[in-house]
Amino acid sequence: MTEVIATNETILVVGGGISGMTAALEAAETGKQVVLVEKRPYVGGRVTQLYKYFPKLCFPTCGLEINQRRAKMNPNLNIISMAEVTDIKGEAGNYTATVKISPRYVNENCTACGECAKAVETEFDDEFNYDMGKRKGAYLPHRMAHPQRYVLDPAIIGTDDAQKAKDACKYNAIDLDMQEEIVEFKAGAVVWATGWKPYDANKIQPYGYDRIDNVITSVEFERMADPNGPTGGKLVRPSDGKEVKSVAFIQCAGSRDKNHLLHCSRICCMASLKQATYPADDIPITIYYIDIRAIDRFEDFYQKVKAKENVSFIKSKVASIVENKENGNPTLHGVDTEGYNRYANEHDLVVLAVGMEPSVDKESFPVEIVINEEGFIEPAPENGGVFAAGCSSDALDVNRAVQHATGAAMHAIQVVNRVAATEG
Amino acid sequence: MSDLNTAMIEKYRSSFLKEVEANVEEGEWVKMCMQCGVCSGSCPLGKHWDHPPQEIFMMIRANKRDEVLSTDSMWMCTSCYNCIARCPRGLPITHIMHGLAVYSKRLGLTQKKQPTAEFSQIFWDNLMKKGRVNELKLGLSMYFKDGFGQGIKNAMANQKLGQNMMKAKRMNAMEFFGGHSVKDLSGFQKMVKKAQEIEEGNLKDAK
Repeated sequence: MTEVIATNETILVVGGGISGMTAALEAAETGKQVVLVEKRPYVGGRVTQLYKYFPKLCFPTCGLEINQRRAKMNPNLNIISMAEVTDIKGEAGNYTATVKISPRYVNENCTACGECAKAVETEFDDEFNYDMGKRKGAYLPHRMAHPQRYVLDPAIIGTDDAQKAKDACKYNAIDLDMQEEIVEFKAGAVVWATGWKPYDANKIQPYGYDRIDNVITSVEFERMADPNGPTGGKLVRPSDGKEVKSVAFIQCAGSRDKNHLLHCSRICCMASLKQATYPADDIPITIYYIDIRAIDRFEDFYQKVKAKENVSFIKSKVASIVENKENGNPTLHGVDTEGYNRYANEHDLVVLAVGMEPSVDKESFPVEIVINEEGFIEPAPENGGVFAAGCSSDALDVNRAVQHATGAAMHAIQVVNRVAATEG
Repeated sequence: MSDLNTAMIEKYRSSFLKEVEANVEEGEWVKMCMQCGVCSGSCPLGKHWDHPPQEIFMMIRANKRDEVLSTDSMWMCTSCYNCIARCPRGLPITHIMHGLAVYSKRLGLTQKKQPTAEFSQIFWDNLMKKGRVNELKLGLSMYFKDGFGQGIKNAMANQKLGQNMMKAKRMNAMEFFGGHSVKDLSGFQKMVKKAQEIEEGNLKDAK
């Protein structure tokens, strides 16, 4: 049974992505008691699935390691993974949270030796790689996962695989009797950091994501570029596995569109400019855009990518994509805005720069909260002691999400400080 | 109508966009276009337009009054509504195109012999006579719009179609003699006249 020690001076952080981790660590490092609830079996969220950061093209693993180290060293921070907040009752300074913890079937004895994964046979789509590639039924979600502990897929429980995994474990770390738990605990303030999800590309029907193999999303392309990803870092066409010889990026795929997301997702321009540096320099890359939104220091990066000879820009929102049945090439149709030329351009691979959508939908918040038209949390007095951090508040890049989360931590600290003052 | 044209040039000398906003149906939407081009790319007849919708919007903002009002691009619109469905900003593009066509016609700037404009006029005249469309006469008017000889040729070419329509009771040869009208024809005509007066008044106010 998981025990959570918490009081009205505890800060509950919902979501352990880069924003939640930042808020939790900043608060814990000022001496506050923090409980971090994370849905996935590991912290770090979508940042763990990035290959490189823009604009410096450095690796997120670096900052992730620092944060995970801070988390491990801080006794004030209690991370509960594979858990979801199902209810929050009360008011600022006196909340009661209900949390559902899913069974991991692996306890803290786990040394991440990997013997269980070798023993089991059934394979599943690898959600870490957006279902490109497979993982075993006993798995470490990714190499740097924190907690560094394996997970058993609930689908293998009750099958031979489960017993095989248990038998293979030398450390008595596999507990097949683990059950779902519901725990309740107190909190004085809540930092809501449930982040974002990529917009469902299937909804952009004219782009044919659901029917053209060589049309993929930006998050999939990111995994493909990662040497630890499903293709070992090779950029290949999903249709035939051949090396990609030309790439097109389509901007505002789902963003700034009254039929899809109303808002500008802010990251996609920079993400595509970044991804344009992934393939070898001699392959032609075309970026279709409405306008490039590279603000302040990002402008330099935009200019740098623009100067590359293999990268060209077409000012046009692509109208439709049709597959060339002979070679599997997607053909892009539209009219450009610089000359109003009608085009039908073929590319090897098309990457949809999909927008950012809040990961929690408007109806399913377990707490009273003010949501705007786009589904993001508004800073409002009605929210009481619940403060949004990072992408639950707006479409933000990592840098701005971290800044925003630090601010949210500050608000939460103020609330629990007030509680401390009245309780003496 | 050229007086009206002169008056409008005088009034909106500095801004064709303002003129469009004031006088063209849904014209106030033009400034909302962000030039993404999805309308042009989605238009099934797009390649027949000299200036696709997104370019027309830019031309309006760039004060290209003569070019816009005398192009036949907006007459190419078949009201399939693809552009409206796809426009990320929700511009009622189809309606704006019809609005521009109507405005250009009222100012007398529509290209002579523009087929859609000609058909629209024939359709209107046909409708006004009896308050309902006389399909037989509408077809004949279209056949003979370019003269008697051409009319006979057109009629011969479509002979089979006409006969089949009669057989299927889709068309009645007797309609050639007068044709039947709506119940209260004079009421209908009064109503249209009043509507026209209101519209003319609006434009005069704009003067």
